[in-house]
Amino acid sequence: MNSLIIATREFRSLFLSPLAWTILGVTQLILAYMFLTQIDYYLAIQPKLVGIPGAPGVTDLVVAPLFGNAAVILLLITPLLTMRTISDERRNKTISLLFSAPISLTEIVLGKFLAIFTFLLIILLSIALMPLSLLTVGELDMGKFCSCLLAMTLLMASFNALGLYMSAIASQPTVAAVGSFGALLLLWIIDWAGSNSGNTSSVLEYISIMRHFENLLRGLVNSSDVSYFILFIAGFLILSIRRLDNDRLQK
Amino acid sequence: MSTLIEVNNLSRQFGDHCAVDNVSFSLKKGEVLGFLGPNGAGKSTTMKMICGNLTPTVGEIKINGHDIIEQPKLAKAELGFLPEIPPIYPDLTVDEFLSYCAKLHGLRKDAIKKSVTRGKLKCGLTDMGSRLIANLSKGYQQRVGIAQAILHNPSVIILDEPTVGLDPIQILEIRELIRELGNEHSVILSTHILPEVQHSCSRVQIIHHGKLVLNESVEGLSRRMTSSSLMVRFREQPDEDVLQNLAEVTAIDELKQGQYRIHHNQGTSISEAVAKLAVTNNWGLLELTPEKHDMEQIFLSITQDSNNHE
Repeated sequence: MNSLIIATREFRSLFLSPLAWTILGVTQLILAYMFLTQIDYYLAIQPKLVGIPGAPGVTDLVVAPLFGNAAVILLLITPLLTMRTISDERRNKTISLLFSAPISLTEIVLGKFLAIFTFLLIILLSIALMPLSLLTVGELDMGKFCSCLLAMTLLMASFNALGLYMSAIASQPTVAAVGSFGALLLLWIIDWAGSNSGNTSSVLEYISIMRHFENLLRGLVNSSDVSYFILFIAGFLILSIRRLDNDRLQK
Repeated sequence: MSTLIEVNNLSRQFGDHCAVDNVSFSLKKGEVLGFLGPNGAGKSTTMKMICGNLTPTVGEIKINGHDIIEQPKLAKAELGFLPEIPPIYPDLTVDEFLSYCAKLHGLRKDAIKKSVTRGKLKCGLTDMGSRLIANLSKGYQQRVGIAQAILHNPSVIILDEPTVGLDPIQILEIRELIRELGNEHSVILSTHILPEVQHSCSRVQIIHHGKLVLNESVEGLSRRMTSSSLMVRFREQPDEDVLQNLAEVTAIDELKQGQYRIHHNQGTSISEAVAKLAVTNNWGLLELTPEKHDMEQIFLSITQDSNNHE
């Protein structure tokens, strides 16, 4: 309940600055352009696909790549959204308002998390409208589409949790942004090591966000992938709570 | 009357530096406690610990019987805190901000509006409701901070330098407000403006180098402020030994030609004896004034005494 109060305020504050509107506009513009080029590509190769049995459909060739691209854009913008959540409160000393109110640290962190998550869901919704518009002219593989939505939701929540933790560590919002961007990019590409020579490490592969994300994007809902994301989210949220607790213990 | 704040053996260490050292005190309902001390004495650290913004290294704090560490939610529900820098969100309006604070403190929907109106009224913000906090002057921002602390009608109100940045009229209003709050709540007030303490507090504590060096009621303090020295001026050179031999006299300083300050024990008066001596010895008494100690002198003597101990 208390988390919702914090989340509501945080969410409304987000829209008081032009940042939220800019992010919504820019992502939509870029993804719409990418969506159009995918459609174009699909229309070009469609005649060749007709003859092949079990050929990939529009969901595989247009929808999945769209969400793949969206993931990369989110990698860039989520740090910008999360950077201010905790570090700004600490800098402006408004954090003591939360510390002296009868709210637990868990509720504070969850409140911040929910606010950004709601915003990210709005982005997801506006992205999802593009593939849905294809329903007017054809059919979509709804199973795969839902799996893509699930993938995006989990990915967004993970990015959000990590960004929140970075904001809890950093004393300045920009430092938090750079930190979370770096960490996310590293986790994205961490399985590149050795992938060319063929001797990939299974540990690095498991750590990589991209591996788990791609499975879901292909329509393969695997409990191990889903639990990877849930562990990731819970882990960073717990770390953020611990870090916030450290503020009061500071030596 | 019930004890609202209980602080036992509180200490706080920052690395090797001991910011607060074994401080204990308690505060009853209806008391206004003035917290004095030079910069860096540990006032803010103590206040932050009482409000649960900082965990003590050693010691316990109880707010209305609830331990701030063990039962933080129950204890904090009784607290209203204004830190040194008012915790306000510049991008909200006064109304939005205050109702957010009311919600954070778990007020019910119908109570929120009432308490916001009451808070604004008490802090003179009634006309400012729809103004953006960022556009308010420093004094008004400070008022918003105070309003935030008293909004939910807490039994303990802790104000860290509440009158900073206010103009003299506002300061008077805030002092009046604090005295009014003191009737139904316990208030802790930190400040370095000494007259403020005399005006609005019922008890005074002076903290220095993290230690509590004085804990006294305002009446006790005024007793301390009674004279303990006499300023005299003679036309002729007096015999200092004769003066020194007077009962209760502890020391004599010669200030200028013929002007002396005679220190004597507290609570006694030697004016009459000095006057008699002057007349019988024909020193030509020109001036005789019992000197009043003001707060500032007491503050200085206490903090400097403990400086010398170290």
